[in-house]
Amino acid sequence: MKLDPAIRDQVLATVPSLRAFAISLSGNIDRADDLVQETLLRALSHIDSFQPGTNMPAWLFTILRNLFRSEYRKRRREVEDADGRYAETLKSHPEQTGRVEFEEFRTALAKLPPDQREALILVGASGFSYEDAAGICGCAVGTIKSRVNRARTRLAELLSIDGADDFGPDEQTRAVLARGGG
Amino acid sequence: MPESDAMGRPLTPRKTEMRLGREAQARIGQQLRAMYDEVVNQGVPSHIADLVRRLSDQD
Repeated sequence: MKLDPAIRDQVLATVPSLRAFAISLSGNIDRADDLVQETLLRALSHIDSFQPGTNMPAWLFTILRNLFRSEYRKRRREVEDADGRYAETLKSHPEQTGRVEFEEFRTALAKLPPDQREALILVGASGFSYEDAAGICGCAVGTIKSRVNRARTRLAELLSIDGADDFGPDEQTRAVLARGGG
Repeated sequence: MPESDAMGRPLTPRKTEMRLGREAQARIGQQLRAMYDEVVNQGVPSHIADLVRRLSDQD
């Protein structure tokens, strides 16, 4: 049975974002490539379980995310410090993951717990709604929201982006307070 | 009702402590999207396009 060309085009249209998700998750372009190919193999051999008219990107992202998580769990059993090794991969092969200008950001992203990393990427970069992201990760909407918040706060710390200043007194007020206190 | 106390501090400091500033959120969002979009803009690599075509034409 040949695949409906409309469905095939939907799959192809999702590939660029699917690759970006895989690279952001794994931090390694070769692993990401394997993940994308494995995802497409599974998706197209189980295309009957996709309901036409529903969200193709969400369906493909769910498959890729589950493949990544089962692989991650496997590796975690093999290597105790999976996160540490991931960060190390980034350090030794920055050329594999894209341009140098994103290196600092990628390194910080690699230090986040996987739950927080995937939630932030899905909502903040892939552009999924909290509801779709919750569906992809198999958790509650509130859980996604709190993971995204924690991920942002942690990234701000790691990248030394001072979030407190935004909500604190502004520069002028602080200057006045400093003079008053002297 | 004043929004800050005599020292200029906001009256609800607890709430503001827990939330990341809007500007900080925006900067993180920009960097995240720039990193992501760099890959998205590469489009579909030819070996992936070939794979999808091969799998869709299978009998």
